[in-house]
Amino acid sequence: MTADLVFNVLIAVLGGAIRVGTPFLMVSLGECLTEKAGRINLGLEGVLVLSAMAGFGGAYLTGNVWAGVLIAGCSGALLALLHGLVCSLPRVNDVATGIALMLLGSGLAFYLGKPLIQPQAPQIPPLPLGDWSSSAQVRSALQVNALFPIGVAIAALMAWGFRSTRIGLVLRMAGDSTDATRALGYSVNTIRTAATVAGGFIAGLGGASLSLYYPGSWNEGLSSGQGLIAVALVIFARWNPWRCLWAALLFGGAGALGPALQSVGISSGYYLFNAVPYVLTLAILVWTCSPSRSVKGMPAELGVTR
Amino acid sequence: MALSPSQRNAIDSVVLPIAAMAGALLLFGLFIWFGGKSPVEAWTLLFKGAFGDWFSWQNTLQRAAPLMLTALCVAIPARAGLVVIGGEGALVLGGLACAAVPYAFTLPDNGVGTAIVLAAAAVAGAAWVALAGVLRQYRGVNETISSLLLSYTAVSLFKHAVEGPMRDPASLNKPSTLSLSEGIRIGTIAGSDIHWGLVFGIAACLLLGTWLFFTASGFATRVVGGNVRAALIVGLPGHRIVIAACAVGGACAGLAGGIEVAAVHTNANASLIAGLGYTGILVAFVARQNPWAVIPVAILFGGFGAAGSLLQRRMDVPDASVMVLQGFAFLLILASEALRGRSWFPKRPVVPKVAPNTVIKANA
Repeated sequence: MTADLVFNVLIAVLGGAIRVGTPFLMVSLGECLTEKAGRINLGLEGVLVLSAMAGFGGAYLTGNVWAGVLIAGCSGALLALLHGLVCSLPRVNDVATGIALMLLGSGLAFYLGKPLIQPQAPQIPPLPLGDWSSSAQVRSALQVNALFPIGVAIAALMAWGFRSTRIGLVLRMAGDSTDATRALGYSVNTIRTAATVAGGFIAGLGGASLSLYYPGSWNEGLSSGQGLIAVALVIFARWNPWRCLWAALLFGGAGALGPALQSVGISSGYYLFNAVPYVLTLAILVWTCSPSRSVKGMPAELGVTR
Repeated sequence: MALSPSQRNAIDSVVLPIAAMAGALLLFGLFIWFGGKSPVEAWTLLFKGAFGDWFSWQNTLQRAAPLMLTALCVAIPARAGLVVIGGEGALVLGGLACAAVPYAFTLPDNGVGTAIVLAAAAVAGAAWVALAGVLRQYRGVNETISSLLLSYTAVSLFKHAVEGPMRDPASLNKPSTLSLSEGIRIGTIAGSDIHWGLVFGIAACLLLGTWLFFTASGFATRVVGGNVRAALIVGLPGHRIVIAACAVGGACAGLAGGIEVAAVHTNANASLIAGLGYTGILVAFVARQNPWAVIPVAILFGGFGAAGSLLQRRMDVPDASVMVLQGFAFLLILASEALRGRSWFPKRPVVPKVAPNTVIKANA
């Protein structure tokens, strides 16, 4: 009986890792791209909320879920563009601007999304990877969000791009040395803004995953800091797209723990289990960071762990 | 114009935020206009709801009180060089501590009881934000991220306590803790609906401003914030100062939560999680981390908060419209930093007729 219970919880956590982890994956990949170019975008939290709303609204109005996903990505890119442009001004602090965007993005999403709280939009179709199994739990756990493989593909593309393309090299150079970039005749601000916009688009896909797959509706408490956790995840993943994937799965699992326990009838301390991802993030930051050295793999122009 | 740099800086500190606020109101008007509503009506209602009459003034000042304290939670650590944005968590925990003390102890039903619950609130807030400072100093964890993660954790703890162990069984629809007894609650200032929390807020701003600008330890804090290496070279205890600044800021935010519970809600419930900590960040940035300037700015943003419900009722716009306005304001204030120190009327550059290094040959 207890073994069964543990098995069910484990299966639910495993499935949840992919379900809950997809937005983490997208936002951390977006942030990874932005930070590789030497800029921090704390505003991805705002991007996540706004794109979740826009994606839901887009899917609801057009009736096509993929149009919604595209709209989510574009709205994320637009908000990130604002961050990129403001940060390009002299003496503007990118951390503070990120906080401002968090506020603006949430404000715009709550304002424009008010009429969307009731209706139902078409949902992203799940990929039934678990159909080989006869166990209902395994099947439902392996109903994978169609955005998840897209995220994996983006991670692969980014890892390859950083390593062996010209664009990737220039991007990393902008993140590691402003002077070297200028010396070679590239505009640092243009590169960073482009990276921020692309990162915003990817994070926007994460927003679509929130409102169009799981939990699958639009409401104002949808994101509650997930964008921010993803920013911390990038530090944990040491700015490596593949590690972002594992980190996102780990956090997805942590986030799925509360609902998984509730589904087997353990509901006391529900809110405490909700705090697990935040505490885990903090614990991992404490473990990864150190005051005496900069974290391995960190772009040199980045200030977030300073 | 011959202005000394400090005069110049003072003028910039007043002119730029005002210009940015005006720009934000303009953008907000455009935003309302795109939504098919009248921007003029929105501006009028904003003013009326915030500062139109004595009733709205009272409402504004009520809301300004916690904003002053949560803004200090950003401003004081910022002076020591840290961007702490977890004031919401300190506020929520402060409110929880304030409501929890009467569960554990029998308190005198008078001002002494009030002092005890408020002290508990301040201590809870101080410990929470100081933790972010400790992690930053001893583990190099970015305080912006850690304080926000702590903030979400605090909200989870709060919800757990209010819906679980500390829930008053009589609170059916809205889980709450037991109400504070009559004598412990904070009353209103005679002749108004404004509670004494406003006085706490103003006093904290004035005191901390005076401390920051006129005492040795305040100066030391500003040196640490300005240049850590310089501070360490002259032998200032950098670690301790940073953590103390966080603790002081957190105590202010915790006190804000305690006052909200003791004066407004009378018990701890979910209404406490209203984003006051986040608005405090904005107030602190607009006030350029100056505790004195926090007072008028907090009143301004308290006014926006007060006007929000009027805007919502009269114009049928979502209550998040105030958030949109605040977002625009924050972004423009930050962008206006780029204009700081620039001359307003660019002088025509003086081009020397002859470049200094040119050797002018005599006519041969």
